[in-house]
Amino acid sequence: MKLVETGNHVAAWGARLARVEVVSAYPITPQTQVIEEISRFIDEGEMECEYIPVESEHSAMAALIASAAMGVRSFSATSAHGLAYMHELLHWAAGIRLPMVMVNVNRALGPGWNIWCDHQDTLSARDTGWIQLHCASHQEILDTVIQAYRISEDPEVNLPVMVCYDAIFLSHNYMQVEIPDQEAVDRFLPPFRSLWRLDLEHPLTHGSVIYPDDYEEVRYSMFQGLENARGVIRAAAEEYREKVGGYHGGLVDAYRMEDAEHALVAMGSAASEARVAVDMLREAGRRFGLVRVRSYRPFPVEEMVELLSPLRTALVLDRSISFGMEGPLFSEVKASVYGRGEVAVYDIVTGLGGRDITYEFIAENATAAADGRLEPRTAWPSVRINEHHLVSKRGLEGLWGRRAAR
Amino acid sequence: MRLRDFPEEELFLQGSAACHGCPGSAAIRVAFKALGRNTVLAVIASCTSVFQSPFPVSALGLPTLNMAFATGGATASGLSAAADRLVAKGVLEEKPTILVWAGDGGTYDIGIQALSGAAERNTDFIYVCYNNEAYSNTGTQRSGATPYAAWTTNTTRGKEEWRKDVAQIMVAHGIPYVATASLAYPTDMFRKFARAKEIKGTRYIEIQAPCPPGWKFPSSHTVKVARLAVQTGMWMLYEHENGRTAYTAGTQRIIQGQSKLLPVEEYLQAQGRFRHLFHPQRDEERIGEIQRRISHVFETLQFTHKMKEHIMDIELAPPH
Repeated sequence: MKLVETGNHVAAWGARLARVEVVSAYPITPQTQVIEEISRFIDEGEMECEYIPVESEHSAMAALIASAAMGVRSFSATSAHGLAYMHELLHWAAGIRLPMVMVNVNRALGPGWNIWCDHQDTLSARDTGWIQLHCASHQEILDTVIQAYRISEDPEVNLPVMVCYDAIFLSHNYMQVEIPDQEAVDRFLPPFRSLWRLDLEHPLTHGSVIYPDDYEEVRYSMFQGLENARGVIRAAAEEYREKVGGYHGGLVDAYRMEDAEHALVAMGSAASEARVAVDMLREAGRRFGLVRVRSYRPFPVEEMVELLSPLRTALVLDRSISFGMEGPLFSEVKASVYGRGEVAVYDIVTGLGGRDITYEFIAENATAAADGRLEPRTAWPSVRINEHHLVSKRGLEGLWGRRAAR
Repeated sequence: MRLRDFPEEELFLQGSAACHGCPGSAAIRVAFKALGRNTVLAVIASCTSVFQSPFPVSALGLPTLNMAFATGGATASGLSAAADRLVAKGVLEEKPTILVWAGDGGTYDIGIQALSGAAERNTDFIYVCYNNEAYSNTGTQRSGATPYAAWTTNTTRGKEEWRKDVAQIMVAHGIPYVATASLAYPTDMFRKFARAKEIKGTRYIEIQAPCPPGWKFPSSHTVKVARLAVQTGMWMLYEHENGRTAYTAGTQRIIQGQSKLLPVEEYLQAQGRFRHLFHPQRDEERIGEIQRRISHVFETLQFTHKMKEHIMDIELAPPH
């Protein structure tokens, strides 16, 4: 079945096809349509599911952890401030070693108040122990939500998965998607399974005080879970292609990299724009390719080495910033290829708060990097300080000036 | 129900790491006896997180999920929704009782949002606040439940504010059942848990839990201090159901005139956290203020009780 839908409604379809049985979420723009669509599915009898309309994102994640602990497949959706508000429980969900899936619509953090695309929210949640998969199209959102349960519930993984996609560009724009048959999805995705659950027959206590003698092993086990996830993510993508149809890459999605000299590295919808830039540069006789990062955690270290280390330059597009350092994706790419090959890695921070990233702009910066015209540190090529940005400063000076005069 | 009729089966097991005289562990033992095996427990960050014993052992004989401080109500909502699904699918024959066990810090302060949210959704669970009137787990700091004039490590000259009343806040939520309980009246507590178990929807039970190290009294005096709290009117026992409040046990006896309301001083002097009200000199003003508030409440209740008895004695003339 083909539908023309928003990315948000498509995410809801993913949860429905995965036969999710508990949904707990709090509304936040631009995620709201996800839970609206799910509650409509439930009301119209198309989904057998309990929907908990919680009073905050902190509670949304607590309820999600609890329902997964009872042994039921669970789903949530959030964005930006909602994700930040759940931060404590993101750690809890991963540390408790339970499978669950949450969609995060990548949105800017305030102040200033901004509901547009930005990756700062999820990248700030980098070290919580969640697997993070980033999508670049509506079809990929749908397919990835279903794959995410397969990955999350793999006995070698048992960690929560965050499926991320860009606000407005993907959440609110309409695009055509192929909705797979339920039977095909059922063949791909077995019923819910997890390492443990709250079992009345065999009571156990989970999450109690743990001394230094055992705590390190808990963290090591999480680390191993994420290491194991590398293979599981690749295998899930392959198996999905075979049983359901559709493939968007494993940990990365490489485009025209076979004979490339230079690469672009991007995540999310900007990667679709970068793809056009690659075609444009190829037409101009420049051998460019694109590496789209699908899995931010675990980070595709092997893929980066294989694809990037033979090259001359790579330009990273960062849609967030690690203050006091550089673009976070840039750090990861450099760390991955460190000591492997001669590739020079460049970085631009751009597209923050939903600012448009055009393929011309990408091509321009890619050429600058390839020709050694960029500094080998984070550049902000789309920043344009103008009169408006100075207004508040002048206003403050005026205010203090008057106070001083009185 | 008499003490000797309590079920013999222990679901609160040996080897707990509780302090001597711990009221939380005494309360959990009674609660487990009343609720039985078909119960799923969520422990919210509190002394119970510690006294249940550290990994890899546990003194809790029920399936238990330890959860973060602010999550009591929300955790219950997740457990309850998932349990409903398991019943609908036939995985579980009968829905287990969902029990959330939290302290006063996790209830009055950081957890009230999630508790209020769950109560508004009428989540099907029992929420227990064992109220030791401070953050005992972190070494006795003030909480929203700390009474006026009580010493804590961050109210060293006595708390200046009066405690809020979460049980009444829960009554205002319109949930099916709210009760208060005391360690000194275990049969009353048992009966309230047994009653709560029969009801669907959000039930709230708050147990006053005198804490020997935090309140500074000998660990053998926990029950004695708990009893004095009720006898002096510092803690009142009641249950609220169907829009009606019924006072119970020791509180009921005072209201009905069967026993006397003891002077609050007896309670204040039985513990160290009010010592500054008596040494180096008596603080007449603060002691008097506490007594006045209690006396006002009890005089009102006693008056109402007498009026009710009186009114019921009136024989109305038959209508013409």
